[in-house]
Amino acid sequence: MNRFNLFMSLVATAFGLFWLAWILWTLFDAGLAAVRPEVFTQMTPPPGNSGGLLNAIVGSLIMAGGATLLGTPIGILAGVYLAEFGRRGWLAPTTRFINDILLSAPSIVIGLFVYEAYVFHVKHFSAIAGILALALIVIPVVIRTTENMLKLVPDSLREAAAALGAPQWKIIVMVTLRAARAGVLTGILLAVARISGETAPLLFTALNNQFWSVNLDAPMANLPVVIFQFAMSPYEDWQRLAWAGALLITLSVLALNIFARVIFRNRTASV
Amino acid sequence: MTSRPELSASAPGEALAREKIKIEVRNLDFYYGKFHALKNVSLVIPERRITAFIGPSGCGKSTLLRTFNRMYALYPSQEAKGEIVVDGEDILASRQDLNRLRAKIGMVFQKPTPFPMSIYDNIAFGVRLYERLPTREMDERVEWALRKAALWDEVKDKLSQSGMSLSGGQQQRLCIARGIAVKPEVLLLDEPCSALDPISTARIEELISELKSDYTIVMVTHNMQQAARVSDYTAYMYLGEIIEFDVTDQIFITPKKKQTEDYITGRFG
Repeated sequence: MNRFNLFMSLVATAFGLFWLAWILWTLFDAGLAAVRPEVFTQMTPPPGNSGGLLNAIVGSLIMAGGATLLGTPIGILAGVYLAEFGRRGWLAPTTRFINDILLSAPSIVIGLFVYEAYVFHVKHFSAIAGILALALIVIPVVIRTTENMLKLVPDSLREAAAALGAPQWKIIVMVTLRAARAGVLTGILLAVARISGETAPLLFTALNNQFWSVNLDAPMANLPVVIFQFAMSPYEDWQRLAWAGALLITLSVLALNIFARVIFRNRTASV
Repeated sequence: MTSRPELSASAPGEALAREKIKIEVRNLDFYYGKFHALKNVSLVIPERRITAFIGPSGCGKSTLLRTFNRMYALYPSQEAKGEIVVDGEDILASRQDLNRLRAKIGMVFQKPTPFPMSIYDNIAFGVRLYERLPTREMDERVEWALRKAALWDEVKDKLSQSGMSLSGGQQQRLCIARGIAVKPEVLLLDEPCSALDPISTARIEELISELKSDYTIVMVTHNMQQAARVSDYTAYMYLGEIIEFDVTDQIFITPKKKQTEDYITGRFG
């Protein structure tokens, strides 16, 4: 029985790893050939011309950065509320429940929501709308990890700080958040990794832009939508750029994940 | 267990009459939700003496200790009724400023709880809450507290390192240093040595005896020898009641109650 279990687990693991390896192999095979210096220096081209992904890379950075800046403080504050103040009453359990729904909501729904609530009223696509949609994805992730990490901080530490006469806000800022900072930071990085590949919410909000634009109130190019558009096109040079973009996103998400793990491990070990 | 021990019956009249009283507990009842954990407890804690609470697990000794700085108030389901008078003021009254109270009545816990910051900041954290000191005075205060806690020589060259990098015994002395750095009047010790090896325990016991000249100390301990070695007064508790309270030697040599004797001689508990 034991062996059977072990065998089945190994088979399942191998099955999963096989597809993952295949995906990565295809991506590297097609993507590496397409990543050339022009990718980082030129704009997205019309079909048949040479070009790169510069505007899409910058657009993605701006929107992912904006969404993180907007979503992180809200997420951390709400997470602190749930973990430190939400021990009594009905508001915290309700918030937690709604947050769980938001956490697992399909991103296309979030895109449609921002389209309906913002884009429809201002009557044009814009980077602001893209940032709003991505922030809506960041917030529940950060709330969740912040709350979980704060709950891992033992009550004895809170008691020790309270025993010195520290007011609650000081206990939270100086002691519990500090003790949980590695975990909270990891949550933020994972949220960034999550939004950097999101296509659906951007399709309805920031759309795309073939030209260089850093105007937040105008449509903005971004890697996921460019990949979507170029990969579906019949033009071979567009398809190559799509592969390059896909590889870039995958590598940066991979780097973020590794970075998050390293931070988490080092900080928890030293603190 | 039918008759409740009254203060007059359990209090050591003569010796206590000569003491100045720091804390007086009157008819204290304590509840964890519906569970009645302390039953009509009355007791006095003399100033600048070491008072120990002993008794089997779950008898309420830690619970009683945690009422003195109202630590239980962090948890909504816990509730105390009665009076605890510190320096003539009932601290159970709702107008009591909890943070001020806790700054005056310090506490050290069973497990060391260094904050996630440097050794220096671990000490300075509490001081900064209520005092604005120039850097030099703060340095002096940190050194003073660490010397008091017999930790200075071991950490003086690494004050900027994390408090978590110290050994268990050092961490506990750091916590004691942190507790006395704010210059409280009372120090509550909740089994301060239970997580430590015999050598660290001996150092901390020594330290506690030294601190007696400046602070009123109340300690909970599982270890009867420890109570006998360090404390001046001892209260034996059982099932949320104080069975006997007397000068430590009396309790250990000639206990008045059979129950106390059984516990101390190891026939029970």
